[in-house]
This record gives sequence, C-alpha cells and structure tokens, in this order.
Amino acid sequence: MSVNTIFGLTQTALELGLISSLTVLALFLSYSMLKVCDLSTDGCFTLGATVGGVVAISGYSYLSLPAAMLAGMVSGFVTALLQTRMGINSLLAGIIVNTGLYSINIAVMGNTSLLNMNKVDTVFTKAKEALEGSFLSGQYKLVVVVVAVVAVAVFLSVFLRTRLGLAIRATGNNPDMVRCSSINPVFTTTVGLCIANSITALSGCLLAQSQKSVNVDIGSGMVTVALASLLIGEVFMGRGSIPLRAVGAVLGAFVFRLVYTIALRFNMPAFMLKLVSSIIVTIAIAGPYLKQQLPMLRRRLARRTGSEA
Amino acid sequence: MLKISHISKTFNPGTVNSKKVMDDFLLDVAKGQFVTIIGANGAGKSTLFNAIAGSIIPDTGSIVLDGEDITLKSEHKRARSIGRLFQDPMRGSAPGMSVEENLALSAGRGGWMSRISKADRRDFRDRLALLDLGLEDRMKQPVGLLSGGQRQALTLLMATITPPKLLLLDEHTAALDPATAEKVLALTTKIVKEDNLTCLMITHNMQSALALGDRTIMMDRGDIILDVAGEERRGLTVENLLLRFKNASGRALSNDRMLLT
Repeated sequence: MSVNTIFGLTQTALELGLISSLTVLALFLSYSMLKVCDLSTDGCFTLGATVGGVVAISGYSYLSLPAAMLAGMVSGFVTALLQTRMGINSLLAGIIVNTGLYSINIAVMGNTSLLNMNKVDTVFTKAKEALEGSFLSGQYKLVVVVVAVVAVAVFLSVFLRTRLGLAIRATGNNPDMVRCSSINPVFTTTVGLCIANSITALSGCLLAQSQKSVNVDIGSGMVTVALASLLIGEVFMGRGSIPLRAVGAVLGAFVFRLVYTIALRFNMPAFMLKLVSSIIVTIAIAGPYLKQQLPMLRRRLARRTGSEA
Repeated sequence: MLKISHISKTFNPGTVNSKKVMDDFLLDVAKGQFVTIIGANGAGKSTLFNAIAGSIIPDTGSIVLDGEDITLKSEHKRARSIGRLFQDPMRGSAPGMSVEENLALSAGRGGWMSRISKADRRDFRDRLALLDLGLEDRMKQPVGLLSGGQRQALTLLMATITPPKLLLLDEHTAALDPATAEKVLALTTKIVKEDNLTCLMITHNMQSALALGDRTIMMDRGDIILDVAGEERRGLTVENLLLRFKNASGRALSNDRMLLT
C-alpha cells in the first residue's frame, strides 16, 4: 500500500467514523448512562436522514440539521412514552417505534425509498464554498463532521454534570435513589431518550448529506455498529471521567471504521460489515462474562478428567 | 404531624393468593416524636412504610402529613417531605456516581442546569466530616467503593440533608456488623435530635426499640397490638415486652432476626 492509499483510507475511516461516532455518543447517553438499550436507533438514524434530506432538497440546507434533530427528539419521546407510561418493555418499545418509523420514513420521502441529493445544496457543499481557497478546502467534509462531533461531545460532557445530567445517570444506576431524591425517573428517562435520539438523527442526517443520497435502509444495523464502537471505546477509556469516556466513544467509532476499511482493502466483501459488528458486540459483552466463568469451567473440567478429587 | 386513618390493603385481591395485610389501620404521630416499631415477620411493618412513602397505594383510607393529604401523591413527590432508609445499604445511593454527586442529587439545590458549586462542596465536606468515617476525603470516589456501613451512613446524610418532615427507617442497621450498626444508630439519634425530626423506626432489636425514641409500637397481623410511651414505657423490660406481646396476640413473638438483648 502506498502512502497515498493509507492516507485515503484513514481519511475515509475518519469521516465515516466521526459521522457514526455521533450515534455512538447517543448510545453513550442511552446505553451507558441511562442503561436503556434503545432499539429504535436504526429507524431514528434513517428518520434523521430522510427529514434532513427532504428539508435540504427544499432548499434549506442549514435548517436540515435542526429539523432532523427535532424529528429524532419526537421519536425518542415516543419510545420513552411507551416504556415509561404504557408499561411496554423497553426493548419492545424500541422495536415497535423502529418498525413504525420504516413507514414514516418512506412517507417523509414521498412514497419512495430513495432520494438523490446530487445537485442539492447540503451543509457539506455550503462548507466547501465557505472554505474555498483556504488550506482546509480539501477537507471540507472533515471540518463539518469534526465541528458536529466536538459540539456534541462537549455538550454531553457539560450536560452530564448538571443536576439534570446527574439525575439521568442516577436513573440508570439506581432508580430507587432517584425517586428518593424527589426526581421522577419517568422524566429523566424521557429527557435522556429525547436527547440521545436527536443526536442519532443528526448522525443520520450528516451521513445522508455526505453521501448525497438517502436510502430507507441507510440506518439498518446502526445500533449494533454503534454498540460495537461504544464497547471498543470502553476498552480504551472505560474507567475514566465522563469527558474521557465520551472521547473513548468517538475513538471507538474511528477504530471500528479503520479496521473495517482495512479489511475491505484485503478483499473482505462490503456486506460483511454487519456480521463483523455483531461479532464484536458479542465478544465485547460475552467476553467479561465468560472470563468470570472460566475458573469454574476449569474446575469442572479438572474434576471430569479426574485430576481433582 | 402524621395521621393515618382507616387504611386497608389487600394484595392480589380476588385471587387465591389474596392476602389482607392491613385492615382499618390507624396511627397518629405527633411532631418531633421518635417512634420505634417492632413486630413479627409479616406483621405489616414494611407495608405501613410502603403506604406512607407511596410505594403502594392503600385500597381505602387516607394518610395526612403535616396537614396535607398525601394518600394518592406519587412516590417521588412525597420524597420531598419524607426521607427513607432501607435495610439494604445498597438501595439508597447510586454506586456508579461519586459521593458528592450522590449528595448533590439528594440535596436538590439549584435548577436542572445547575452544577455542584464550591459552596456545595464545602457544605458536603463539613457534613461528611461529622460522620467521622473519613468520607470527606473521598468525595470524588464512586459510592460503589464504600463499605455497607459507610454507604448507609451516607444514605442517612442524603435523606436528612434537607431535613424531611418525616424520616422512615426500615431496619436500616440490620445488614451491618454490630460495631458499624451501633455507629450508624448513634448517628441516627444524633441527627434526629439535632434536626428535631419526626421519625418512625422499624427495628428487630428489642433493646434499642425500648432504649431509643419516645414511643414504641408493636404490630401483629396488620394491627397495632401495643402502643406505649412516657412513664409506662420507661418501666418496660424486654421480658415484659415479650409477655405483653404474647398476651395481646395469643402467641409468642417470632421473628427470624429478632434480637432479644
């Protein structure tokens, strides 16, 4: 591999990794902090892409970002409503919303499953114009994405130390204690899921605009990919402070993309992405559990072979 | 301060497992009173606390706290005026968060977007120092690293940092080793006295049931079968108490954790 290919590979990995790292940060909030495995992530990611895409096509490229985030927030609110007020199990609530979003996404795109944004002004083309002639002009995509990721990471780091942020963390840690502190866990869960889903939608919106098309399947498997990245990130920064863990989440997304991009270079077919992410999630969650079981398994094995009485 | 009128509660009504745990229960507690509660397993002590704190809603009757009817008020809203400690020291604090973060949440100062201020930290440090457990130097450490006794002492501090109108203690020292239990109990009496709190304490220790507080209630099958205070209570011994229980309920007091001395 030449230096140029390596550079190209790293740049693609960086762009895609950073865009998906937004979803990883969203899961950092819902999965690591709130301890809710939000299975509506796939649909919400697509929702961000479709809403953002439609708004950009209508000519409002900047408005597409807040519009996508607002749509994500509504989706998160519905997921939260189902699990906190309607007695629906949190996994099932995510699946129900995810399924419903499939129809909504096609409706948003206007009864089609594919939108083309080749000739449309997006936040990326706007950035390209703005950076014309400066030393960053070649990296306009990266600039947009870095700004978004830094903004979200800083927001989360600050937010999770406010009283509301503490209450959200405590809800995942010990809901009894939250109630004893006169805080309604229904409220904290709802706020947490609204914020997380708005970030997920932002992530989808940026991916769609960077690849200049929206497909109704753009978000499929996103929750597993993001979870894999999150768990890789926890290997680096698992025990650190909140800002460090947020950095770890972004780093995890990048490492995941880098490994995947390299694997593609070695002729791994592109459709393997989802299998790879499934395997990573399995190893990351099952690994510590199996490690804990190992001494007992060893003793059982020893007893069976007769070396221990 | 606390007025419980005619509450009843049946679990699993209309099924074969239907169980009436309380029937037309009455209790009046004056402001500043410290009541100790004893009783056999299944006497309804914890059900009483659950009803007061809002974990269960009684089928009938009403609960009035400081002039306000709280019978149907949700649990977290009641928590503003009711502090509660459980037997399990793990239940009252968030293990993944630091000591100061736990205190900040329960203190509930400032708006949603406020952060822990320097003044808060100083205040927390002073209060932790009073516990005499060295926690004031571990404010940044996750609560999960503390021992059971330290966690229970912290929970006590959290529950009383904004003095509640009513403090409920549900065998809060039962899971601790004797020396730690004694320390937490001493802290409890100190805080209750200093803040002049109204307090209900369930205990399995007959000795402390008589030694602590100013009124003792004995419960059996969802009813109060003995209620002593003042002069009468001062003359009571553990033997008297057991005898009075037997006379009132027609059977000997049995509780798997009961300590007679």
